Amino acid sequence: MEDILEIAGKKIKNRLFIGTGKFASYKIMQEALMAAEAEVVTVALRRVDIGAKSENILDYIPKACTIMINTSGARNAEEAVRIARMAKAGGAGNWIKIEVIADNKYLLPDNLETLKAAEILVKDGFVVLPYMSPDLSFGRRMAEAGAAAVMPLGSPIGSNRGFKTRELVRIMVGELKVPVIVDAGIGKPSDACECMEMGCAAVLINTAVAISKDPVNIAKAFRLAVCAGRAAYLSGIPETNDFANPSSPLTGFLR
Amino acid sequence: MSFYDIYAKHKELSSDPEIEKFSSLLSVEAESNLEEMAIKAHNLTLQNFGNTIQLYTPMYLSNYCDNQCIYCGFNIKNDVERKKLTLDEVEKEAQFISSIGLKHILILTGESREVNPVEYLKNCVRVLRKYFDSISIEVYPCTREEYAELVAEGVDGLTIYQETYNEDAYSKMHLSGPKRDFRFRLEAPERGAKAKMRNVNIGVLLGLNDWRKDVFFMGLHAKYLQDNFADVDIGVSIPRLRPQVRDFKAISEVSDKNIVQIILALRIFLPRLGISVSTRENPVFRENLLPLGVTRMSAGSSTRVGGHTIGVDEGAEQFEISDSRNVEEVKEMLRKKGYQPVLKDWLQL
Repeated sequence: MEDILEIAGKKIKNRLFIGTGKFASYKIMQEALMAAEAEVVTVALRRVDIGAKSENILDYIPKACTIMINTSGARNAEEAVRIARMAKAGGAGNWIKIEVIADNKYLLPDNLETLKAAEILVKDGFVVLPYMSPDLSFGRRMAEAGAAAVMPLGSPIGSNRGFKTRELVRIMVGELKVPVIVDAGIGKPSDACECMEMGCAAVLINTAVAISKDPVNIAKAFRLAVCAGRAAYLSGIPETNDFANPSSPLTGFLR
Repeated sequence: MSFYDIYAKHKELSSDPEIEKFSSLLSVEAESNLEEMAIKAHNLTLQNFGNTIQLYTPMYLSNYCDNQCIYCGFNIKNDVERKKLTLDEVEKEAQFISSIGLKHILILTGESREVNPVEYLKNCVRVLRKYFDSISIEVYPCTREEYAELVAEGVDGLTIYQETYNEDAYSKMHLSGPKRDFRFRLEAPERGAKAKMRNVNIGVLLGLNDWRKDVFFMGLHAKYLQDNFADVDIGVSIPRLRPQVRDFKAISEVSDKNIVQIILALRIFLPRLGISVSTRENPVFRENLLPLGVTRMSAGSSTRVGGHTIGVDEGAEQFEISDSRNVEEVKEMLRKKGYQPVLKDWLQL
């Protein structure tokens, strides 16, 4: 049976989502998106120049992708809501990654304001995917508010530090009924693989691809890592033991 | 408490290890470690800002000024043609600049409150917000309430340079006018941050005083602003004194190597700091600085009032620029160097 992630009625095969900031050019970004075979892509509305004569980022995103506008730059719920509504009015669709950050040093999200924005935007009819600090209670509240998925961070945005929040995310994966997508901080394919092995529904990567010396190749590597991690999760990973467990046990003759 | 208290404290010696490290990065001794510093600074910049450089251009609204700054072309004593744009002229300039594709504008005036009152600035902003996604101001220091009024009109960025952090040198450079009030200027960035500016950009005019000391205090000031106003993006500019109509010569020469050390030290000390390099620097040098920590560049600049659409007398500029390439040429250069020129990175909410 095909392994499909369904979000708001959309059937997604590729569990690697890609962010579009920090690339050296839109062309390279486009090539990386294609190499990743991305189906879901996030774009900051602040970077979109809808009336642009030449360079409009949206023109470089493969037509098959679902664009999830993000509210980068919002410092509170009100600003996030305004950005989301502007995106919809500008024809950029109704998938929204809520990103509310009032901490420009570590870029950690404000869960309370994010929740407030989620409540409003769900009522407005958006498909809401909140970017958040990993926290079970807030995750539950986001889900109750109608979030289509929750997106806890792996480590601070752009830090490439990897899956530092694994114990908290593990709890969210175990308890929440909505998909858990690790967003931010994933530095290398093995980090992405680990998220998937744990049972995360998807991962969202940006910096690690965008600032790589070879964004196209690393995008492919992330694609493979996500597939491998997902396959391992679906197969069931045997438990680890403290001692060796020989395939021909020493006391086998007693049976 | 304001930054003045921190400033007063660090005029003596610091015992904070992080601040000591910053001071050693700016030292003469560190000049022999520039390559190691450059590698670290490059990686930090890449990680935090990616392969992108934001472009903006200044728009001079008026060169009327009440101050007597001995290094500036707008000095009240200078016999230059004075000009203040009408709102129609502002609109013409805006149409021209936005037609090039730039969406971030920095509006500047000479520091005359009387000729360029806040009300005038607000009227200009009302015109400009039809054309630009981000509007920053570089004008006389305002009160918090005035900044809040400007924010409500659509201003999202504040640029204000202390010029020098040495109070004595400051008083020798600024002979008369409201700018003599060192502390009112020093506390302007935090008033702007309290008024909910999204970006606050500070700076020193290199050449007015011992640059190591000035940059040290500017770094502390930036850190203070980052620590106290976490929701504001803090940036710095490091302009070197340029020829101007008064022909004032720098007190201390600041070499290319010094500029490089300044950028590296700032980046390592404050990885998320915005760093702007203006057209005061020449094209080749600007390109070489790119990977070291620069995040923003001005392009297609004119330092004359109405410089894009109205011809004004030669002497009426604030300073001479060194990089006169147009925006397309700067974009092309960035692309060749592997950077994405970012013309739009905000939206009027």
